[in-house]
Amino acid sequence: MASTVIPVNQAPSQKLNYLNNGHSLKSWLLTTDHKRIAILYLISVTAFFFLGGFFAMLIRLELLTPQGDLMQADTYNKVFTMHGLIMVFFFLIPVVPAVLGNFLVPLMIGAKDLAFPRINLLSWYLYVTGGILITHVMLTGGVDTGWTFYSPFSTEYTNTKIVEAGLAAFIAGFSSIFTGLNFIVTIHRMRAPGLTWSRLPLFIWANYATSLIMILGTPVIAITIVLVAVERLFHLGIFDPRLGGDPLLFQHLFWFYSHPAVYIMILPSMGVISELITCFSRKRIFGYKFIALSSIAIAVLGFLVWAHHMFVAGISLYAAMIFSFLTFFIGVPSAVKVFNWTATLYKGSISYATPMLYAFGFIGLFTMGGLTGLFLATLGIDVHVTDTYFVVAHFHYVMVGGVLMGYLGGMHFWWPKMTGRMYPEAWAKLSALLVFVGFNLTFFPQFILGYVGMPRRYWQYPPEFQALNVLSTAGASILAAGYLLPMIYFVWSLRYGKIADANPWHAAGLEWKTTSPPPTFNFDETPVVTWEAYNYDEIPPWERRAPVAR
Amino acid sequence: MEHEAHNPALRHHFADAQQQKNAASLGMWLFIVTEIMFFGGMFCAYLVYRLAHFNAFAAGSQQLNIWMGAINTSVLIVSSVTVVLAVKAAEAGKRKVLVGYLVVTVLLGMTFLVIKGFEYREKFEKHHVPGPTFNFTDKFDDNGKQIPVNPKEAELFFSLYFAMTGMHALHMIIGCGLFSVLAVLAWKGHYTPGYFTPVENAGLYWHLVDIIWIYLFPLLYLISRHS
Repeated sequence: MASTVIPVNQAPSQKLNYLNNGHSLKSWLLTTDHKRIAILYLISVTAFFFLGGFFAMLIRLELLTPQGDLMQADTYNKVFTMHGLIMVFFFLIPVVPAVLGNFLVPLMIGAKDLAFPRINLLSWYLYVTGGILITHVMLTGGVDTGWTFYSPFSTEYTNTKIVEAGLAAFIAGFSSIFTGLNFIVTIHRMRAPGLTWSRLPLFIWANYATSLIMILGTPVIAITIVLVAVERLFHLGIFDPRLGGDPLLFQHLFWFYSHPAVYIMILPSMGVISELITCFSRKRIFGYKFIALSSIAIAVLGFLVWAHHMFVAGISLYAAMIFSFLTFFIGVPSAVKVFNWTATLYKGSISYATPMLYAFGFIGLFTMGGLTGLFLATLGIDVHVTDTYFVVAHFHYVMVGGVLMGYLGGMHFWWPKMTGRMYPEAWAKLSALLVFVGFNLTFFPQFILGYVGMPRRYWQYPPEFQALNVLSTAGASILAAGYLLPMIYFVWSLRYGKIADANPWHAAGLEWKTTSPPPTFNFDETPVVTWEAYNYDEIPPWERRAPVAR
Repeated sequence: MEHEAHNPALRHHFADAQQQKNAASLGMWLFIVTEIMFFGGMFCAYLVYRLAHFNAFAAGSQQLNIWMGAINTSVLIVSSVTVVLAVKAAEAGKRKVLVGYLVVTVLLGMTFLVIKGFEYREKFEKHHVPGPTFNFTDKFDDNGKQIPVNPKEAELFFSLYFAMTGMHALHMIIGCGLFSVLAVLAWKGHYTPGYFTPVENAGLYWHLVDIIWIYLFPLLYLISRHS
């Protein structure tokens, strides 16, 4: 297979690469290199993750006891709102596309950069601006409507900074739109010679589908935010029932974006899993076309199910039945992926490096989260568990057990490519274990709590629910440890980690054909692709086993 | 870094100028899709509320100044023609003609905004601005039959009117700014027959804002208008 010549006489991290090509602050803050922008995003997204996690910690501390004793009810409303706003808009939506996608999309398709590098930088600045605004909101009283800011509470009755928080989300939304636009144009127009659509890595297909959702859905939340702001500031009553308006219109407009938003979160992570499963079972993916097209199917179908968030809001029963059916239907392409990943494992040569542990975790936890989504799609069950902890558990299983585990698996897998260093494998495995155990201990009890009737967003609860809540909080502390450890060892590895060569995992994919870290323009010469994706069967026998990172 | 001579506008991550042009065009079309989704939310609100409160919407629509609306519509259509002519001038390398058409486009855009300003003032004078000053006593003239309407529902119509035309006007202002910048750059000779992509793509933006108005005008101004 064609490959780029990589000089072997220099330690890769000493050669000129994107990290040491300019050391000044200006060379970082005014960079147009997609890899540097990915690192900028990595730092800011991680900061917001821990900020959102801080609010989660406050929630779990309050819920240790049945009484509302740690904070007042209004404060609790602000705490869970900030947790949701920060995690949704400033972590989950950007994380995989802006960090891994920005870094890898040009590399995986053999391009020198994204189509619009300056717009890419603008995306990051928009993200940071939104982040500064939401931080300011947090420091000056917060918002108490829940991240879903339903009218009329948000448009009329709350006294908190809705317009400013809305502006923060609006600006962050444009960051998202420009990233999606950049990816679509790049994937269409800048693939290396010979790289046809059916030879693309599935991570690219996943980001492409995600980008379609980003550009079609995000503008709708943008206009919804504008209408809420306009109603608050200028008394233009759009959702006001006294004027013949309908608060349900708010919910329709809000969920028209916010449901596809969850597919923005999960699809790139699913793309990561396809990359991990193939590398660590040394096999071609089973059902490439099915996985690729299922991403597109999820993107399309994702726009047709939004009212499953409104089954008890007052929509007609017939509408509810249609949305329920469509919601069941969207489980099919997701299940197709899980089955195909499992089939890829079959008769594969499986090894258990940390990225693969996260991939296994993803498959199990996402399946649980997805199946409980089907329970919620069932109208009769939903009436019983809506607005309870059952829903909270469901979406944390898919968001944390799904998105976050895929992200962590990807970060460990591509860390050597991004930094030229290996992370310490033993500590990484320990962290993966802590994350898995901590996660399940935190959120499985919440399924039970929800089923027996504990409502969400309440700061106190009947005493008989305490035992399960204590388990949940205990799990959260273990989970926190599992997240803090990678922070420490990743940073440690930058200085003391084993130096990685171009392809420490012997993985397929164009990104592994250039040095670790890559040079600024990615490839010394543009690759010409003549092979299918995941061509692990063409790798020489002596390289067939994925080396376990030491 | 040594490399062969090329158009100074070619950015180095592209293989050639054609790839850059194709990328820029696709990017602009995708942005236009996002704008359509953005306005789409308000059109959705309009659809829902017009179905629910037709009489009030018709009554409100009949109170809008149809002459100002119609003049504005023709101003915008002419401005789209000048945009097309600007692109053709750029393609032909006629710098002064290009600058001329860009400037005329900006002037037409500003004309639109001025007329809009007069319209808004008229709304203010007739107490049709939603909020504490709102007062609507007109009826829906249904072919001579005067049907009274709920003034609250009429206020909803005017809320949507201001939200939709206001958002459109904001996009017009951005468009005028964009074309002013283009006019300055064109005067300085940035655009040649080999490279005039920004003129084309900005033209696409202007056409989009025009088309949005083409939808707004009948939906807002022409509900149940009869000769």
